[in-house]
Amino acid sequence: MNKTHSAGRRDFLKNAVAGAALLGSLAGRGLASAAEQGQIPAKSRVVVARDPQLRGTGSSVDSSRMFALLDRAMQALCGCDRPIEAWKKLVRPGDQIGLKVNALGGRGISTNLQLVEAICERLQLAGIKPGDIVVWDRDTAELEHAGFHVAEGGNRVHCFGTDRVDYEQDLVAWGSVGSRLSRILTQRTNVLINVPVLKDHDGAGVTIGMKNMYGVIHNPNKYHPNGCNPYIADLNMLPEIRTRLRLTICDATTVQYEGGPAFKPEHSWRHNGLIVSQDPVALDYTGWQIVERKRAENGLKTLEAEDRAPRYIATAADAEHRLGTCDPRAIAAVEV
Amino acid sequence: MFRELDMQQDANSEAGPSNCSFDRRSFLKCAVASGAALGISGVAHPATGVSPASVQQVQDDARFVVEARFYQKLQNLKIKCKLCPRECTVGDKERGYCGVRENRGGSYYSLVHSRVCAAHVDPIEKKPLFHYLPGTVAFSLATAGCNVNCKFCQNWDISQSRPEQIPAEYAPPQRIAALARQYNCPTIAYTYSEPVIFSEFLMDTADAGHEAGVRSIVVSNGYIQEEALRAAYGKMDAVKIDLKSFSESYYKQVVTGQLKPVLDTLVNLRKMGKWTEIVYLVVPTLNDSESEFRGLAQWIKTNLGTDVPVHFTQFHPQYLMKNLPITPVPTLERAKAIADDEGLHYVYIGNVPGHPAQNTYCPKCKKLLVERVGFTASNMLIKNSACPYCQHPIPGVWHV
Repeated sequence: MNKTHSAGRRDFLKNAVAGAALLGSLAGRGLASAAEQGQIPAKSRVVVARDPQLRGTGSSVDSSRMFALLDRAMQALCGCDRPIEAWKKLVRPGDQIGLKVNALGGRGISTNLQLVEAICERLQLAGIKPGDIVVWDRDTAELEHAGFHVAEGGNRVHCFGTDRVDYEQDLVAWGSVGSRLSRILTQRTNVLINVPVLKDHDGAGVTIGMKNMYGVIHNPNKYHPNGCNPYIADLNMLPEIRTRLRLTICDATTVQYEGGPAFKPEHSWRHNGLIVSQDPVALDYTGWQIVERKRAENGLKTLEAEDRAPRYIATAADAEHRLGTCDPRAIAAVEV
Repeated sequence: MFRELDMQQDANSEAGPSNCSFDRRSFLKCAVASGAALGISGVAHPATGVSPASVQQVQDDARFVVEARFYQKLQNLKIKCKLCPRECTVGDKERGYCGVRENRGGSYYSLVHSRVCAAHVDPIEKKPLFHYLPGTVAFSLATAGCNVNCKFCQNWDISQSRPEQIPAEYAPPQRIAALARQYNCPTIAYTYSEPVIFSEFLMDTADAGHEAGVRSIVVSNGYIQEEALRAAYGKMDAVKIDLKSFSESYYKQVVTGQLKPVLDTLVNLRKMGKWTEIVYLVVPTLNDSESEFRGLAQWIKTNLGTDVPVHFTQFHPQYLMKNLPITPVPTLERAKAIADDEGLHYVYIGNVPGHPAQNTYCPKCKKLLVERVGFTASNMLIKNSACPYCQHPIPGVWHV
């Protein structure tokens, strides 16, 4: 049985179950057009998909199970019976898709390769040419170190870092942020799919989707003071980012609840999940709660108690930014 | 042919032998030309014909990496940087605010030792230092990076970038010292970006320069901790500090820094006996009130004395502050009049070519002692560090 609900912060997600009614309500909205117009649905849907058997008996993610997990998440997000229908609501042939991954954590906690492979396959199923897909982060060597196979040119999925093409010459600015943007974003894509990881961050509290945009600019080091607030929110307001961002698929296969952002295996666990949403704020809020729950299970203080709660999430939702919602009553959390 | 790279006080000057346009593309072309002329080949950018691959090859060079000298190790592989007052706590594989220092496994490293992204021969008046070896040229260099983020920065393309984003050349200290001698520069100037963040390179180069008979001068924001100041700038022969405002709120909002540590630096430099000059960039509506000018002048008089040269320089719209006009000359003249009124002896107006306040006058007999045209000291009358007319001592270092 599926249903939607509004949850208080404490039991947010805990009681969440898949909601058929909500799926139906979103199904007819035309997700791509809503995103293009910068509209946030009245209630932001965040899908948390998990598969305890994602890795079977080994340590590596099983590719076929990842496909199934992604399909389940996307169908729940878009209210579709088949994955191709979900993807066709988000992209259309001719789109140039950028998958912004996070490769900073090496093989330990970078965006999962099987997940990226599955997304690329499904995009092609929806009519996107492989040559119109680019998997990228700031640095090619970091991508390779994380296990990605670098590829440029031809009708195949491209994969390389901004170091190969540089940043735009001119600055773009919004609020406290003034930066040069990756030419991969500006010149190679019209649709951005953000594929971050979920982990603790010593400064920001957590780094999930919105902070992953730090890998789009040339000067992220300037935006770490004050818990990255309001910098993360301001950065995500840049039109070049905001108008392209179509979807966030957070890799929560391995999650780190302490000691980040560098990989600390002793503070990580195999969550074997994905978090998917078109609302970047609601997704970050949801991921934050997952990290907090695991911290509590391990007897750690809350991020608030450590004076590093991710305040940038609320800033992103405020009247000045309106990038989404972090009000649990306005988030339709769906577990599948 | 040389690139104008100093901070705002040098911006858009129409005079002098080293004038060139200021857009990014022109800068890079100038950099190539001057780099080649100086024997520092390869200071180039993809736009100028050097392929990204070749740039990457240079950037991967481990020769640029040395352990930082001012930091403290913490638990869990974290470190606390003790170089500047920001005191960044940096986790493993992360960088500090400056973008040029990286935590690698619990140890902190500078990524910019000998990583020169700009090198030019400049008149020393361009720094500006008006009371230090006038009429000479300085071998001027920079690496990428800065520990603040001034919204008006003229050189943001190098100061606000990470080193791997900027084409650079391996130029170790002995090479710099040799080049300075080769080009008849009595001084090496650390300038353009923010030398605080390449302190290790600065210290080693100053040592190499002194061994070769070449002095060192630094153009800095003064945002540095006292221990690092004494160790690094203790090796300098003269210092120019950009005092960007006399208000904490301006430092917070426009500079992304703090005023108090900069004032402490100025006091400490005086205690250290370093020849120091101050530049104050006057930004319309933001730091140009009479009370701020007067407060500044009174603080200088009380804490540093009346003989410290102070340069009020003209702002030009740059970087993230393009919404304000060029500083009106009457505003600069008002600042000078207030500082004069408070008793400061050597108050200059900068970035206004041909203005009489570019010259040095005897504070006693008021006669012209050093006449400047652009960045050239065209007529230098001071002899034996004194006015030739009334013998009043004129502070500074006037001859090599």
